[in-house]
Amino acid sequence: MSETHAQTVGFTRNDMLPPLPPPVTERGAIKWLRENLFSTPLNIALTLFGIAVIYLLLQSALPWWLNSVWNAESLSQCREIVAANAGPDASGACWAMIRERWHQFLFGFYPPEEWWRPVLAFGLLFAALAPVLYSGQKRSLTILLCGVLAYLVLTLYLAGASGVVFALALLLVLGMLGLAQVQPGKLLWFTLLYPALTFWLLWGGSIWSPIVAMAGFAVLYGVFRLASPLIGLAPAAGAGVVAAVLWWLYIDVPVVEMLQSALPFSIPAIASDQFGGFLLAIVIGVTGISFSLPIGILLALGRQSDMLIVKWLSVGFIEFIRGVPLITLLFTASLLLQYFLPPGTNFDIILRVIILVTLFAAAYLAEVIRGGLAALPSGQYEAADALGLDYWRAQRLIILPQALKISIPAIVSTFIGLFKDTTLVAFVGLMDPLKGVTQIVRADIDWKGIYWEPYIFVGAIFFLICFGMSRYSMYLERKLKTDHR
Amino acid sequence: MADAAKMQISDEVAIQITGMNKWYGQFHVLRDINMTVQRGERIVICGPSGSGKSTLIRCINRLEEHQQGQIIVDGTELTNDLKNIDKVRSEVGMVFQHFNLFPHLTILENLTLAPIWVRKVPKREAEETAMYFLQKVKIPEQAHKYPGQLSGGQQQRVAIARSLCMKPRIMLFDEPTSALDPEMIKEVLDTMIQLAQEGMTMICVTHEMGFAQAVANRVIFMDQGQIVEQNEPKEFFSNPKSDRTKLFLSQILGH
Repeated sequence: MSETHAQTVGFTRNDMLPPLPPPVTERGAIKWLRENLFSTPLNIALTLFGIAVIYLLLQSALPWWLNSVWNAESLSQCREIVAANAGPDASGACWAMIRERWHQFLFGFYPPEEWWRPVLAFGLLFAALAPVLYSGQKRSLTILLCGVLAYLVLTLYLAGASGVVFALALLLVLGMLGLAQVQPGKLLWFTLLYPALTFWLLWGGSIWSPIVAMAGFAVLYGVFRLASPLIGLAPAAGAGVVAAVLWWLYIDVPVVEMLQSALPFSIPAIASDQFGGFLLAIVIGVTGISFSLPIGILLALGRQSDMLIVKWLSVGFIEFIRGVPLITLLFTASLLLQYFLPPGTNFDIILRVIILVTLFAAAYLAEVIRGGLAALPSGQYEAADALGLDYWRAQRLIILPQALKISIPAIVSTFIGLFKDTTLVAFVGLMDPLKGVTQIVRADIDWKGIYWEPYIFVGAIFFLICFGMSRYSMYLERKLKTDHR
Repeated sequence: MADAAKMQISDEVAIQITGMNKWYGQFHVLRDINMTVQRGERIVICGPSGSGKSTLIRCINRLEEHQQGQIIVDGTELTNDLKNIDKVRSEVGMVFQHFNLFPHLTILENLTLAPIWVRKVPKREAEETAMYFLQKVKIPEQAHKYPGQLSGGQQQRVAIARSLCMKPRIMLFDEPTSALDPEMIKEVLDTMIQLAQEGMTMICVTHEMGFAQAVANRVIFMDQGQIVEQNEPKEFFSNPKSDRTKLFLSQILGH
């Protein structure tokens, strides 16, 4: 030991102590165990209890997973194989059902020779989302588009798409990849066209129907631009909407027929009752998500508006929709909506369901976004006002970016809820993956009595998609975190 | 300190307020305000809290609505006409007690946003102007940071620069130093003094009496929603007329 000059009161250290490693109990895994699992008697008891529960679960479920059968033609054959391999009392999962029926879970009764269409639409969905999800980030954009390219090469080959389709799809994605390197902002044009393209890919028919339907938006914009100098912004927007609706109701169909007879080009039409499985869930979910957000924003702003009528309409709409179960709305979609529409119009059932699911989610989103708006300090509104920004610019540039950022977790929760709620369309006779398809599979004489496997399979896919959304929202929160608090 | 003689006051009227009254519900916040501000004037408004001084300057760019009387800013009367309000707001800069920078935008974006979207200035030009004013408030190196990364004094200087980027003809300051640590107050006041020396028309609500003595050409004392006394700073501080003013001054200068 060092000389401590014990005989004097003063103290001087002559040599400095070297750092020593902490005692064993304060290091690595042992420290972690002590602190997290065995810190108090209660924690020790809970840890032991937890271990026991995990053991029991594994003991009963593990053999079932380990005895999985992938190759069989029916449930009884599965059971024979399990019995032969693991003894007569053993249980085992029968994944052979998935192997045989996976396509119904994915596509419903969509004809096999047309599977390339939903497959292509699904790949292009990510190409369309890319510029929205990763705006301005060239690297992420490129990675995502490369992923889409790889996916399309593989799946279009597997789905047996024709050479022309193959070439066109690859050319499109390659073109977007190129554009992403030069002007990533321009990619948003594809995002705008994507709904029409997908509508045509999925339901088929004449190529002119989506084009003429999109022209309705051009009519809206044209009327708005022509009328706005004459009658002001809001009335011009109203006139544009009226013109577009008239276009869709009366001009759309004859124009499509005329163009189709002049320049015939079409792919086989697929009726809505052939849609099913995750194709249906994703069509409803994605459309609902992308349209409910803007409607929700408008409703949230409307609820805060100074204009009494706008405010009351928004409040009334939100409270009505939130006060009614989704199933009620879906039954309305399938039965009642027909009565309110002009005779002769036959609204597609999927379209009707999409509209009501969208409105339902929009009402919830409106309240979520209102929370974000309320969380902003009033100084932000005042600063925007004091700089001379008008209402819409202040909302778009200052208020909404911050309010939406605050509400990201809740917005994504609503989206996840909406996506899972798409399974409720089973109640209006559509073939959702959880109830619709599973029921069909279980009704088959070969697979009668199968219980866990289809639900686990469907649940796993739902989990993957929802988990992906949740991770993306966390990434977005990190990316947008600029307040450095 | 500033040389008051250099600062020119023209005969042109910048702000004219006549017979203005305002109520919050039943509460009469501003009572019969009459006030004329010439171009180039530097006016300090002081008074106890709740006396209506902030409300008064917030009425000048219509962040608050007045119910009676007339406010004319730069020849434009403030009414319910939104066009007029936006016009006045783009000519009148405002600096707030809590800075109110936009936390989701960088300093540079904070400065260029209004010029680009309201004045329709090309982005490149707006950025040049922004850098010029950042240089002027002595923090050009912070241009690409976010407001949350700056100190309070720096944020307030950015807020001043943000207003200046709109090339306003009038600047309103609403207690610009009240939320700052003592050592940051000086850097903000220096910026404001510099601005005054360049002939900006300024109305400041502040308790910084040193600032008032240095640059103001008029001090207005308010109490209970009324203008109680106004005078040039020397007279105001050395020879206050009303008892209420004397009491107020003894309280804030006494320590």
